[in-house]
Amino acid sequence: MDDSIYREQIIDLYENPLNYGELDAPDWSYEEDNPLCGDVVRIEVKLGADGRVAEVAWRGDGCAISQASASILTEEIKGLTLEEIRNFDKDHLLELIGVPLSMARVKCALLSLKVLKAGAYGIPDPAHMREDGL
Amino acid sequence: MLDVTKIRANFPILQVEAHPGVPLIFLDSAASSQKPAVVITAMDAYYRQMHANVHRGIYALSEAATSAYEGARAKIARFIHAADPAEVIYVRNATEGFNLVAFAWGRANLEPGDEILLTEMEHHANLVPWQMLAAEKGAVVKYVPFLPDGTLDMDAIPALLTERVKIFSFTAVSNVFGTVNPVKQLVQMAHAVGALAMVDAAQAAPHLPMDVQDWDCDFTAFSSHKMCGPTGIGVLYGKRVLLEAMPPFMGGGDMIRRVTLAGSTWNELPWKFEAGTPAIAEAIGLGTAVDYLIGLGMDEVHAYEQYITTYALEALSEIEGLTLLGPSARQRGGVAAFTMHGLHPHDIAEIVDKDGIAIRAGHHCAMPLHHKLGINASARASFYIHTTTEEVDKLVMSLHRAKKVFRQ
Ligand SMILES: Cc1ncc(COP(=O)(O)O)c(C=O)c1O
Repeated sequence: MDDSIYREQIIDLYENPLNYGELDAPDWSYEEDNPLCGDVVRIEVKLGADGRVAEVAWRGDGCAISQASASILTEEIKGLTLEEIRNFDKDHLLELIGVPLSMARVKCALLSLKVLKAGAYGIPDPAHMREDGL
Repeated sequence: MLDVTKIRANFPILQVEAHPGVPLIFLDSAASSQKPAVVITAMDAYYRQMHANVHRGIYALSEAATSAYEGARAKIARFIHAADPAEVIYVRNATEGFNLVAFAWGRANLEPGDEILLTEMEHHANLVPWQMLAAEKGAVVKYVPFLPDGTLDMDAIPALLTERVKIFSFTAVSNVFGTVNPVKQLVQMAHAVGALAMVDAAQAAPHLPMDVQDWDCDFTAFSSHKMCGPTGIGVLYGKRVLLEAMPPFMGGGDMIRRVTLAGSTWNELPWKFEAGTPAIAEAIGLGTAVDYLIGLGMDEVHAYEQYITTYALEALSEIEGLTLLGPSARQRGGVAAFTMHGLHPHDIAEIVDKDGIAIRAGHHCAMPLHHKLGINASARASFYIHTTTEEVDKLVMSLHRAKKVFRQ
């Protein structure tokens, strides 16, 4: 029985998520769910004077993969510019998560990136997200 | 009681491995059941020996196909105790049955301010078509609440079932709670205020003896693929007088009597509602599935499911941190939906899959039900005639393992 997708790190982050919560006066706040399973993620971002991510927080409800992914992603984007967020590569996030995922679970893993990008574009931009494979 | 070993030998897929070296334990029949070999063989034989379009050819082959297609309809009519095979309309699935009634009956009969009564435990198939109809017609959709144990709040019905209600549509068996609703009583309540009654039999037809005349429902719909038959076909039953008064659903070949450039007149029942070349092999497959179930005996099927479900509910309820949704075994069909403390349903389903066990995780097309419970999702194991107590034991073991992975 291969439970390698539930590596220690994933369970740790599920139990003790990073950057979990809300921000006062974020520059943007965006939430979406995965209609297939009802998982929800909201991400809030505040940019510093230098245009880089100064603070980020997320909230949500879902499986270990979608929730661990939100912790990993929000850690990773600290200090990035808006442009860098918009160009954030989904394969990079999957690498950071680092566990083998079935097709259905890739959707869970990418929910947080979908939410982050939709927020970063101001409005959900379906055409762009399709290009990104989200 | 049914001989489960014999029955298992009827289902080729039960020989398949879920993963190399791991046998398949299929606990998702409520989503779609597996198929006995007789059904697969009947469809294969049809294509090899009998295929031609129905109701069209004069030649022998077409007549054979037509008589097999119509013969299946007669079997289904007997299976649900319809007074007349013409009251059995082939559709694609239960979902299409609801859409047909909402479209054809609803558009012709609803006025602004009229009400449609549903329940909070409905599958989206028995929700969305009515919401679309109500939006178009300026009608109002209301819902009978369910109680914490997953049974309908019967006391709330009289206040909701006013004279403004034109149709009361509800499920015979909930696909999440497993609740078996008192169909006959609910139909009577609808009729008492002059409303029609439609029954969602998607989770009833595979599991219980069905008698539409005893129910006295006006319409009912169910899907072949949940009752040992193929995908792509389902049934809408309607009382003849209602079906005759309704305009067609889709236009095209087969559903007409006469077409001129100025207009058309409609074919008689049931073909008025079957536009275009139908799912012939699938109808024959469903007819064979019905034969198979009748051969087992629906009372026997029901009794076996009661046995295995009672066993499963007891075993599952001993798992600490596991919460079962729905009523006690005596009032329910063969489904057990549950949540587990500290584990998301997705993760549960993923871990038990590693042990070869197929269960469903999500909202099971019943989002309003889950929202009312304050959850986004649940895990659901469902049982059928081939489910063994050993399989249930393996599920329980696997759930214990899931708890360990999640340090619960
Ligand atoms: C209670 C109930 N109603 C309706 C349906 C819809 O069936 P189908 O998707 O085959 O149309 C289902 C299937 O999940 C169901 O469980």
